[in-house]
Amino acid sequence: MKKTKICQNNKFLILFLIFWGLTYKIALAENVRVAVAANFTEVANEIGQAFEQKTGHKALYSFGSTGQLFTQISQGAPFDIFLAADQSRPKKAVEDGYAVSGSQFTYAVGKIALYSEDPDFIKDEKTLREGKFTKIAIANPSTAPYGAAAVDVMKHLGLYSKLESKIVQGNNIAQTYQFVHSLNAEIGFVALSQISSHNNGSRWIIPADLYSEIAQDAVLLNEGENNEAALAFINFLKNPLARNIIEKYGYGTKQ
Amino acid sequence: MNEIADLWPPIRLTLELATITTIGLLMIGTPIAWWLCHSRSKWKDIVAAVVTLPIVLPPTVIGFYLLIALGPKGPGGWIAGLYGERSLAFTFQGLVIGSIIYSLPFVVQPIRNAFEAIGKRPLEVASTLGASPWNAFWTVAVPLARPGFMTGTILGFTHTIGEFGVVLMIGGNIAGETKVLSVAIYDYVETLEWTPAHILAGGMLLFSFIIILSMIKFEKYFSKSAQ
Repeated sequence: MKKTKICQNNKFLILFLIFWGLTYKIALAENVRVAVAANFTEVANEIGQAFEQKTGHKALYSFGSTGQLFTQISQGAPFDIFLAADQSRPKKAVEDGYAVSGSQFTYAVGKIALYSEDPDFIKDEKTLREGKFTKIAIANPSTAPYGAAAVDVMKHLGLYSKLESKIVQGNNIAQTYQFVHSLNAEIGFVALSQISSHNNGSRWIIPADLYSEIAQDAVLLNEGENNEAALAFINFLKNPLARNIIEKYGYGTKQ
Repeated sequence: MNEIADLWPPIRLTLELATITTIGLLMIGTPIAWWLCHSRSKWKDIVAAVVTLPIVLPPTVIGFYLLIALGPKGPGGWIAGLYGERSLAFTFQGLVIGSIIYSLPFVVQPIRNAFEAIGKRPLEVASTLGASPWNAFWTVAVPLARPGFMTGTILGFTHTIGEFGVVLMIGGNIAGETKVLSVAIYDYVETLEWTPAHILAGGMLLFSFIIILSMIKFEKYFSKSAQ
C-alpha cells in the first residue's frame, strides 16, 4: 500500500520535472531581453524587426521610464541589455555591479519637442511664454530624463515658477504623449521620436541650447554576458542599419 | 526632517479623497441597494451586474474609459466647461468620480445584503402603524441595516485608500491634488528612495491591518448582541 503511494508520488514528480524542463527550454531559446526607455518604443520595435531578419534572434522588450527600469534591474529583473534615456543610470548599473564594465556606449541622442494636437496652437517659444493653456504635460522628472529636460527648458526660459501649477506628470514619456494625444492636456513636452512619424498637430522642436544633451546610453547587463543574442543585439545597435533607423526617428547618433 | 514634511500632503490628500468618496458612495449606493432589494423590474439583474463590474474589471479598463469620459470630448469635459475648465482628468473631482465608480460594489453589496436580511415584515408593520415609506425607511430600515452600512463605509473608505491603477491613469501625479499615497509610494520606490517608501508602506500595512481586525471584531460583537 505504502509502496504504491510512493510510486504515484514519483510519477507526479516525473511529470513535474517534464513540465519544468519545458518551461526551462522556452527560457533558453535565443532571445535577448531588453529593458527600453519609453521614448525609444517605436524605434526599438522597428530595430527589433530588422534585428530578427538579419540575425534570426528575437528581441523581447520591456518598456518603462529609465528610473523604473533601473529599479527593476537593481532588484534582479531578468534583462540582458538596458537601453536607458540617460548616461547616469547605465553608469550606476556598472558601478553597482549589475552590468558589464566597459560595455556602456551612447546609442542615441534624444531631442524634445513641445507638442499639441491642435494644428494652430504652438508657434514657438511665445506659446510657452503666453501660457494660454490649463495643463502642460511632462514626464516625471525624477525618473524620466525627458521630464528632467522639460524642466530644464522651462527654467532656462525663466518660466518654471509661472508654469509649475499647470504641470501634469506622465509616469514615463509614453504616458505623457498619451495625455496630450487624448486632449486631456492641451500641450506637452514629448520626445521628438514620438511625433516624427506624422505631421499632425503643431510642434516646436526645442533648440538644443535650452537643455542639457540627452545622451542615451546602452549597457550590457550581467545576465546577458553569455547570451549570444545579447552580444549580437549590442553589435547591431552600432551597425549602420540600426543607426539609420535611429536617425530616421529624429535622434542623433555618435561615432 | 524635510522628508517627513514631504510625506504629509499625500496622506492628507488620500484621507480627503477617501472621506469625500465614502460620503458620495453612501449617497449613491444606498438608493441603488434599496432599489436592488425591493424592485421587481426586469432590469434588476442587469443593474446589479453593472454595479458589480468594477470588482472584476482591471483598473486599466476603468482608467482607460474614465480618461476618455473625463476628457474634453467626454461628459467630464462638458461639466468642466461649465466653470471654464476643459477636462476633469488630472483633477481632484476627477479622482472622486473615478473612486466612486471603482468602489461602488464594495458599498452597494453589504448594504443590499443588510436590507435583504431585514425582509419586508418590519416595514409592513411600520406602515400599518402609520409610518410613511420615507419615515419607515429612516426609522426602521436604516437602523436595522446598520451593520451593512458600517461594513460598506469601511470597505468603501479603505478600498479608496488602496486605489492605485485608476489614479495612475487619470491622475497626472500632481502634488496636493492627485498624488495620493499609493502613487507617492510608487514614486519613492521607483526613484530608490526607500526610507520614505518604507515609512509610508509600513504605515499603510499597519493601518489596513487595524481596520480589518476591528471589522472582524465589530462583526463578532454585533452578531452576539443581535442574538
